Amino acid sequence: MITVQHLIKTYNKGTVKAVNDISFEVKDGELFGLIGPDGAGKSSIFRMLTTLLLPDSGIATVNGYDIVNDFQNIRNHIGYMPGRFSLYQDLTIEENLEFFATVFNTSIEENYDLIKDIYVQIEPFKDRRTGKLSGGMKQKLALCCALIHKPDVLFLDEPTTGVDVVSRREFWDMLKKLKNQGLTILVSTPYMDEAGLCDRIALLQNGQILSIDTPAHIVASFGDILYSLSSPKMYKLLVTMRAYDNMNSCFAFGDSLHLTLKDNSKKDELYSYLKKSDFGEIEINQIMPTIEDCFIKLLKEN
Amino acid sequence: MEAVISTNKLTKRFGQFIAANELTFDVYKGEIFGFLGANGAGKTTAMRMLCGLSIPSSGAATIAGFDVYKQTEQIKKNIGYMSQKFSLYEDLTVAENIRFYAGIYGLKIPEIKAKTIELLERLGMMNEAKKLVRELPLGWKQKLAFSVSLVHSPKIVFLDEPTGGVDPVTRRQFWDLIYYAADSGVTVFVTTHYMDEAEYCNRVSIMVDGVIEALDSPRNLKRQFEVDSMEDVFYKLARNAKRAEQ
Repeated sequence: MITVQHLIKTYNKGTVKAVNDISFEVKDGELFGLIGPDGAGKSSIFRMLTTLLLPDSGIATVNGYDIVNDFQNIRNHIGYMPGRFSLYQDLTIEENLEFFATVFNTSIEENYDLIKDIYVQIEPFKDRRTGKLSGGMKQKLALCCALIHKPDVLFLDEPTTGVDVVSRREFWDMLKKLKNQGLTILVSTPYMDEAGLCDRIALLQNGQILSIDTPAHIVASFGDILYSLSSPKMYKLLVTMRAYDNMNSCFAFGDSLHLTLKDNSKKDELYSYLKKSDFGEIEINQIMPTIEDCFIKLLKEN
Repeated sequence: MEAVISTNKLTKRFGQFIAANELTFDVYKGEIFGFLGANGAGKTTAMRMLCGLSIPSSGAATIAGFDVYKQTEQIKKNIGYMSQKFSLYEDLTVAENIRFYAGIYGLKIPEIKAKTIELLERLGMMNEAKKLVRELPLGWKQKLAFSVSLVHSPKIVFLDEPTGGVDPVTRRQFWDLIYYAADSGVTVFVTTHYMDEAEYCNRVSIMVDGVIEALDSPRNLKRQFEVDSMEDVFYKLARNAKRAEQ
């Protein structure tokens, strides 16, 4: 279990508030996501919870241990995969794994069960130097190294940044399996579509939590009617909709626009407004918001 | 339609390894072309050839009318390039960065002055002109880097994962700039890991194991693979990739 109370971290003599009074709790066995862009404070939170950085103020515990006073106990019970790849590039896959096992007074054999599913995918290349691996393979090895001492809590800082769709899906499948084995997992990501794969999430921006809940509850609390619009002339449609006086928000979302209105009782007026220009065939549907819609709305409100 | 990028069986080998294998495609003037692929599919190798930074092993290609074997210097003068790792100098101010790049590309002093004002106004950064780039938020840096890559009015701009790590609103504002540039006739060649951004492209190619496996508009690709999103198109094509190497 992780508890965080009023955690604050500033840099540059207090001028940069990286983590600005953040509180949350991660329950045992929970897969909890910190969702936000670069600079939201995700990595600072990770470094404080993994005892690599001291907070300015606030209290946090991991499995009951205080992050300042009991740092040594925490280090023995957690696995940490930093955002930047931090294994030894000159060592092979196997040497890196063995190094991390030895540091924690264990061996690859002892905890092989825990990493087996992941390790078999990279084992054929175990004599290859880590510096020569692809992004997806580095990511798998880093996860193995974070798991080899059988931690209770796993900290994964942006494990899927910069990797392709296929590797991302595989990685989340692995996380789900680890969660089912009872691990508590704190994971961060800038990809909003990954938020839905967590039990609970905190949406972060500028060192503060915008919202914290299950993905389903966050979506349910959107509190506005959301329309999707599409036509063969998408850019023209976007420019036209932005100029519409009853438009509250309008953003491109893949192959459609997502639109909210200031006054939903005037929805019929929207059709007549669109008829003035030639967009070809326009499709308008009322849709459920995504986490990204919620994030955008919260950014606007804050 | 005028092709500003035209390749024919463009290939790059490193010893036995074929990084890019017989790439044949055209990109047209004012088009937003998404260049997608799994990690290690050969995108970077292909991009380097198209930018005149790497001589192909075989095949042919012209970029803005210039040959990738013999006219690499002309290619460099006629293209813009921006990558996720910023090309901006953090210790220079916003205005100094613009002046520096404009100077490198040979703009005259009066042109540089006019360009600087035009660019700052379009970005709404007049008040930030004298700020160090280091002090800017990430999203602003990306928008500035994109505008700087267009300072010499190139015919084509190459964007290598331009929007990594920014918030969803800033990411969309960045795409507004891309649309604006394409609307004024600049050809945009872009790589991204965000599959929703692939939907914003006029056409998209997907590379798997060194080969272009699919090339069409997002709408047609989704129809062809009978799925609802570009993410699923990508997944269907790349999930059996053998080369997970970089």
